[in-house]
Order: sequence, then structure tokens, then C-alpha cells
Amino acid sequence: MSKDVTIPSAGPDFENLLGQEVVIEATQAEDTRTGAQRIEPDHSPRTRPGEGAHVLAPALKVGHELQQEVEQLLYRQAELLDAKQWQAWMDLFDVQGVYWMPVQPEQTEWQGSPSIFAEDKLMMEIRMGRVKHPNAWSQAPMWETNHLVSHVAIEAADNQTMQVRSRFHMMELRRDSVRHFGGSYRHSLVRDASGALRIRLQRVDLFNGQAPFDYVLQIWV
Amino acid sequence: MHSMNTSALVEPDRVHKTVYTDQQIFDMEMVKIWERTWVYCGHESQVPKPGDYYAVTIGRQPMIMVRQKDGSVRVLYNRCPHRGVQLVGNQKGNTGSAFVCSYHAWSFHLDGNVRAIPLANGYEGTRMNRDNPDCSMKRAARVDSYRGFVFASLCAEGPDLKEFLGEARIAFDDMCDRSPVGEVEVVPICHRVMQHSNWKFFMENQLDSLHPSVTHQSTGISAGRVEKRLKAEQGSAPLYYHYLSTFASSFEQWDAVQTINFPHGHGILKAYMGLRPRDPDTLEHEALLKTAYGEEKAEEYLSRSIHHVLVYPYLSVQSPLQQLRCLRPVGPDKTLSEIWHFRLKGAPEAIYRRSLWYYNLVNSPATMINADDLENWTKGQWGLQSNGGDWVSFHRHFGDDRVEGGVTYSNHGTSEAVMRNQFSAWSTYMQAE
Repeated sequence: MSKDVTIPSAGPDFENLLGQEVVIEATQAEDTRTGAQRIEPDHSPRTRPGEGAHVLAPALKVGHELQQEVEQLLYRQAELLDAKQWQAWMDLFDVQGVYWMPVQPEQTEWQGSPSIFAEDKLMMEIRMGRVKHPNAWSQAPMWETNHLVSHVAIEAADNQTMQVRSRFHMMELRRDSVRHFGGSYRHSLVRDASGALRIRLQRVDLFNGQAPFDYVLQIWV
Repeated sequence: MHSMNTSALVEPDRVHKTVYTDQQIFDMEMVKIWERTWVYCGHESQVPKPGDYYAVTIGRQPMIMVRQKDGSVRVLYNRCPHRGVQLVGNQKGNTGSAFVCSYHAWSFHLDGNVRAIPLANGYEGTRMNRDNPDCSMKRAARVDSYRGFVFASLCAEGPDLKEFLGEARIAFDDMCDRSPVGEVEVVPICHRVMQHSNWKFFMENQLDSLHPSVTHQSTGISAGRVEKRLKAEQGSAPLYYHYLSTFASSFEQWDAVQTINFPHGHGILKAYMGLRPRDPDTLEHEALLKTAYGEEKAEEYLSRSIHHVLVYPYLSVQSPLQQLRCLRPVGPDKTLSEIWHFRLKGAPEAIYRRSLWYYNLVNSPATMINADDLENWTKGQWGLQSNGGDWVSFHRHFGDDRVEGGVTYSNHGTSEAVMRNQFSAWSTYMQAE
């Protein structure tokens, strides 16, 4: 067979494939590359697990009273959604309040890139009006939700504002089947004139926000 | 599988329900339509740098759209020629200068040609040599693009891309012409929603102007109420309230809109979403276009009456709002929709943001509009699976349309000329040898 028609051999790669055993024995240099990387060092764009991940701030040690006040707000919000008390749910938001569900965790602004929800209070009012309309067809089949909220951590707090993160799990019954949604909330809270906590921004990161959606979300999560 | 005669299933004014429900017909559609005609892969800006790839499904074929070192874009089968393993497992990424198989480290240049094989002398004297095309990744038979939108055909024969698109090219012209440099770039976040219905429901619905005020009344009315209040309080309301309230327009208003139906099943729903208010952002945008193209051309571009353009059987392009929806059928009762948004290069940020409201409100996985469409299509699919009737009616304004030079113009927006035209194309595809 002439040289021209011979498939070029990866050569060094094979040595390296064998060399993997040595890697396991930890006798190789730290940056030993595996087969594919040896052939094309730049072919694998994956970041190593954990690399570049945002380090979550540990929860502040705040007084029991403040911790409880924040937790009760989050629990109330969850209960109002499950009870379909939309107006009361909206009232938890500050007048400038925004409810935002980005598609990707990297998104930082609620406006200017595609989002699953990006709603100020007027848009919330439109959604509430729609959901309550007798001919909101997709609302007609039986549906219920059940929210659990946990892992409540106050990240930052002063007299007037607060950053809180938490986790949620929502089960949704629609017709005869149940869907699960999970993820994290990040609430920016402010105190109103009466001293009550109000939501300035609620960011909701669905853990499966980037996957295809089987049907759509009817109402806030 | 293959030969099943579908000619008895489509009549000029009605079609048999099985074209929506039957697995065998679906399989034939994949072979005779999707795996033959030009299918949209993506926009060139999805793969800006050499080695950037995007996995895309054409019919039932897993393909990779990949940027070459010379700047061109190729479309390859996502399959290692050795033992068949898919070469990329992610939806998108950068593969560097080669695809490398995760199983036995066969590697391929970005154009699909074999690059290296471990211990290649093991193939000496066998049929697997460099000249054997079976040693390289298989390519889509044809790849072409129109104004940055990339299409591939898995079949070497048939019309070229320009001929296939025909007058539906206006979808891409209209979108790009709204940029002062004549180009758009993709917004790299895609909404993906699964439809529990046959792909035809979506394609019919896009130009069905009788449905909005029925299906979307709850959202249209609710948005109209808030819009009216804002106008009373402040004198004006942002344009996106109007986007939503328009859905509750009267039957008569929608009926006054015209559809234009082209060969190959493509079509246009005319109408205009009031995108030229006299606010500073719109005026700035218009001034940029006038500087770039001159007064006359700019006016021509801005006054086009287009609501949707359909590229049959899988694209719905809303060019004035820079959005594109693409169908990837999964089964007779399951269809994945991919919904993309674009930026007009060189246009004010405000124009993008304005259209973004529409993109999210109508298409996002929390949409207040498509939620009710999806409900209709799901129930439609269930209804057609029943024995409650055999035919689907497309009689509305049958015989009333005006046909000129192979193009069907409806006299009424609500004419079912749209569906009749789509099924005429469908029959041509399905009855081809």
C-alpha cells in the first residue's frame, strides 16, 4: 500500500491511551492529558467540574427574629400561590417590584435578554387578569400547585434592604399528570413606610430552565 | 414502510384525519419531505469562530453545523464512521480543530475528512484507507445560506435554496433590511417548547387569522384594560401592551387582513403591528435606515405589510419583530419548537428591547399567548385521534380566492386558502417517487 492512501496514524495518541494506566497510578506529571486532548489539546472546551462556579456567600448570622420574619414572608408567598390568591401575592411586591425568571444562570439583568418571566407590576396585573378570565382556555383543565421553600439564607442585610436566597420545589397537577419544578429564589427585599418587608426583585432560577419545556408555565413559580 | 398512497387523503377542500395521527404517514413525511428538501439549520452567528458547532436535527438525522477554518459553514452527520458513535454529545460548543470520537479516538478535520486513527497500520490491506469516503464523516448533500440563515438538504437533487424559498425570501430580506448594515445576529438564548400535536397544527395556526380573538381573548382583553388605563393616566403606553391587546381585535379586523400563498406551501399573513410610532427611538432607527439606504428604499423597507412569513413546512418568521420559530418534528403527536430572536446590527438598542417584549410574551415557556394555542393543538390532536369524524374541514372561502401565476391571494384574512395551499404542497412532496 502506498503511503498516500494510508490513513494517517494518530501515533502518539496510542501511547497516551496506554499511558492512562500510569495516570491512575499517579506517576505522571499533574497535567497528563488523556487521548483526545493529546490529539487535539484544544478540542475539549469543557471547564473542569467546579471551575468558575460562583461561590455562594455563607448565610449571615442574624437575630432569630429577623430570620423568622424573612422566612415567614417566603412561606406566605408560597402559600398565596398555592391558594391562587393572585392579588395578595402581587401585594407582597414593592411598587417597583419585578418578578424575573432568566433562562440561563449567567444572566444578570432582567431586561435586555430573553427570559422566561420578566414582569413588573403592570405585567403581573395583565397575567392576573388573564388567568381570572373565564375564557383563559389553558387554565380550564384542573390544575393545582404545591410549593415547598427551604434553605433560607440571608446573604446581606441593613436597616432598609436585604438579600435572601432560598430553594423551592413546586409540584404541579395538570389534567391527570404531575410535573416537578425545582430551583432557587433570590429575593431583594425592602421595607415599606410601615416597616413591612416588600419584594423589590425576585429572581427565580429553575434548575431545568434551559431544557425544552413540556407545555408552559401558567403562573408564577 | 415507504409506499403508501396518500392521494386519497387530501381533497381540495378537506383532508383525512390520519395525516395528523398516523405513524406510517409521519415516517413518510420524514423521508419524502424533511430528508429531501432544504431544512433550516441555524444562523451563521450561532457558530462565529472556527470549530464552533451547533447540533441540529434534520428529519430524523442528527447533524452538526460547524464553522470551518476558511470561514464557511458545513453541515455533517453527527456520526463516527468507525462504529457509529455520535461525535458531539452537546447541543453546542467549540471542538477546536478536530472532532475526536470518545470511543476509539478517531479524529476528523472540521470538514469531516478523517484526520488520524490510533494504530492506523491496523488498517493496512483493508478497504478502510484514506481514499475511502466511508472513512470520513458523511456530509449533508447540499448546504447554502441566504443572508446569514443556513439551510441544508440531505438530497443532492431538487431545487436550489433560492428556488425553494421563492418569494418567502422576503422573510429574511425584511428582517435584515431593518438593520442599517443589512445584517442580523442571533441572540444566543433559545426558548424551546414541546408541542403535543402534529407539526401541521402549528403551520396552519400561524396564518389562521380567525383564531386570535377567540383563542387569545383572555390575554388580549386583560392587556387592553391596562393599556387603556395607562393611556388615560399618562397619555401613552409602551408598544408591548399593544402587541398583546391586538390579539383581541374583532373578527372583522382580522378578516380584513390578506394572506398570500406561494408554491411549496410558503405564505405571508399581511398586517402591521403599529411598529412606527413617532417616539425618539423609532425616529432614530428610521433616520439610520435613511442614511444607509436613502429615503426611498428606507421607506419601502419600513412600510412592508408583513405579520408572519411561513417557510413550509417548518419555519414561521416574524421579520418585523426579528423572531423565528423552527419546528423539529419528533412524532405524529410530538413537535419540538425552537424559538430564536435576532438583533438588528447597527440599530438602536431600544428597537431590540421593544421586540424582546413580544418575543418573551408570545413565546417564552411562561407565555400568556401560546399557552392557549398549545391547549388548542393538544386537544386538536386528541380529537383527530377519535372516531368522531374522519375529515378536517378547510372549506372556508373555498372557491373565492384569486390565483395569479401560481400564487393564491385570499380575499379574506380568514380564508382557509392557507391550509389548502399547504396541503397542495404536502401532496406534491408525498406523491413524488
